Amino acid sequence: MRFIFKTDYEQDIRLVKHGGHAFWYGLLGVALLAAPLWASDYVMTQLHFIFIYSIVGFGLMMLTGYTGQISLGHAAFLAVGAYTEALMQNAGVPFVVSITCAALFSGAVGIIVGLPALRLKGIYLAIATLAFNVIVEEIIARWHSLTGGNEGMSVKSLVQNVQVLGYEVQADSQFYYLCLALTVICCLACINLLRSPTGRAFVAIRDSEISASCMGVNLAKYKTMSFAISAALTGIGGALYAHKVAFISPEQFTLFASIELITIVILGGIGFLHGAVLGSVFIIVLPQLISIAKDWLPEGLAPTGLQAIVFGLVLILFIIFEPLGLYGRWLKIRAYLELFPFYRRGMFRRQRAYLKTDRLR
Amino acid sequence: MSFFRVEGAGISFGGVVAVDSVTFEMKRGEVFTIIGPNGAGKTTIFNLIGLIYPASKGRIVFEDRDLTGMSPHQVAELGIARTFQNIELFEHATVLQNLLIGRHRHRRTALWQELLFTPAVRRAEVVQREAVEKVIDFLELAKYRDNLVAGLPYGVRKVVELGRALASEPRLLLLDEPSSGLNPEETDDMAFWIEDIKRHLGVTVLMVEHDMNLVARVSDRVLALNLGASIAEGSPAEVQAHPAVVEAYLGGPA
Repeated sequence: MRFIFKTDYEQDIRLVKHGGHAFWYGLLGVALLAAPLWASDYVMTQLHFIFIYSIVGFGLMMLTGYTGQISLGHAAFLAVGAYTEALMQNAGVPFVVSITCAALFSGAVGIIVGLPALRLKGIYLAIATLAFNVIVEEIIARWHSLTGGNEGMSVKSLVQNVQVLGYEVQADSQFYYLCLALTVICCLACINLLRSPTGRAFVAIRDSEISASCMGVNLAKYKTMSFAISAALTGIGGALYAHKVAFISPEQFTLFASIELITIVILGGIGFLHGAVLGSVFIIVLPQLISIAKDWLPEGLAPTGLQAIVFGLVLILFIIFEPLGLYGRWLKIRAYLELFPFYRRGMFRRQRAYLKTDRLR
Repeated sequence: MSFFRVEGAGISFGGVVAVDSVTFEMKRGEVFTIIGPNGAGKTTIFNLIGLIYPASKGRIVFEDRDLTGMSPHQVAELGIARTFQNIELFEHATVLQNLLIGRHRHRRTALWQELLFTPAVRRAEVVQREAVEKVIDFLELAKYRDNLVAGLPYGVRKVVELGRALASEPRLLLLDEPSSGLNPEETDDMAFWIEDIKRHLGVTVLMVEHDMNLVARVSDRVLALNLGASIAEGSPAEVQAHPAVVEAYLGGPA
């Protein structure tokens, strides 16, 4: 059990709260920096995807996990980011400019989607964003001259193998470090936002819109901001995604992709940035496990839709048995280990909300 | 110039007249209480002042500024803070975070600064924290500072909500039934705090309350409402003895 003796207000603001933090995140950092040395090509590819999905996860977590606005259309922002990046790269624009544009343009689209969201709540917002997803998918499929329509378009590769001081640096490793750096930057930006007034305003909107507005939070402004930030992060993820898969077409950004993204957030643990990363790891590893399982299953017993079935099942099981997701589970395990042997079963049981009525809404 | 006044404010929902042209005026630094039987329109008046509902008639004027047409967050920006009858805290945040959200109207940093967490943001955060710690000291919330609101007992939540309103350093504080659901000792504490808020913090308090002991103890003036209209105004003792008030609560001679 760790007791932190606080003597300074800055202690609550600091990124690194105690030695354990520094040690474990340091270890993770070293392992990730050294990944090109220890990881096979296959593992490297998985890591690329984990980083990309983590960035998107951060975006969706800010919106759904912290501001409490559901979105079933995030694949559309992913598409906007991916196509912006692809078009600008193919036109020969430098990467720094193109990824910034991907983020900004995606963010701008986020604002447009956020505007109707000011009047919609819960299931209605889910349906509106779902419709948005379908619209964007259709636009991409029909705008043949720009996007290549359903035939898709290929994306110029970003990096080549280069010689640095006599060593050959693989294109794969370069792209890996790019993804790693962007993931860390996006993560830090989210953490910074969450420990400052804007992040608190988001949480306030999530927990009680009425009292947020009575505390001076401009609901319209902060909801739009949340949509914009979320969409921008997803746009960055989309840009990296375009480079990673090298070929993009509308069918990669369907409703199913959106549901996959929301699955990241729910499985990982809604309301925790850690959850976005854990959820991405899960969602990347699960299909691999399924394909391994398929080899073991007797012929004819492995249905073609096995992946969708398992995804749906896992999502349902998590919502019923572990609503706080993987990160919530980890918090419980950690509490168990820290308090051993004094852990009680009911410790994390959710308290009943007192007298929370809809009277004022 | 008056500090705060409500001029003939009223609202009706469809055919139901919830509040029908209520008029009253408050002086700076007093505790003004609205009493009345259930359904008299007390909370509705609060919602009119907070612009949760736009008044369908009349005006509400705070320090010579007409609140008509403003949105709730603009009212909060002016320095009007409120608590809710049924507690509307941010459940999945700690007590400290709840109080920090109360500081929202004092935020001065821009989004880009916060994304980078520049030294200016860091300094501002410490300043906000110091202000919040004063409220924590005042309301003796220190031992709950890092607890999630979702796990706190009802009485403490009530105090946290008061703390959140105080953290915004309001000039006018609206308390919607501060003692509802509290036991006698907690109600006693609440009375002390309301007196201290008035005397030491110099905040003007507008309160809706049912507990007549508490009302008599802390209020300077009382307004009695029934069926959306005011029926008596004056000192607590005067209003309690007023025939129309007795009739509203107990029923008149048949």
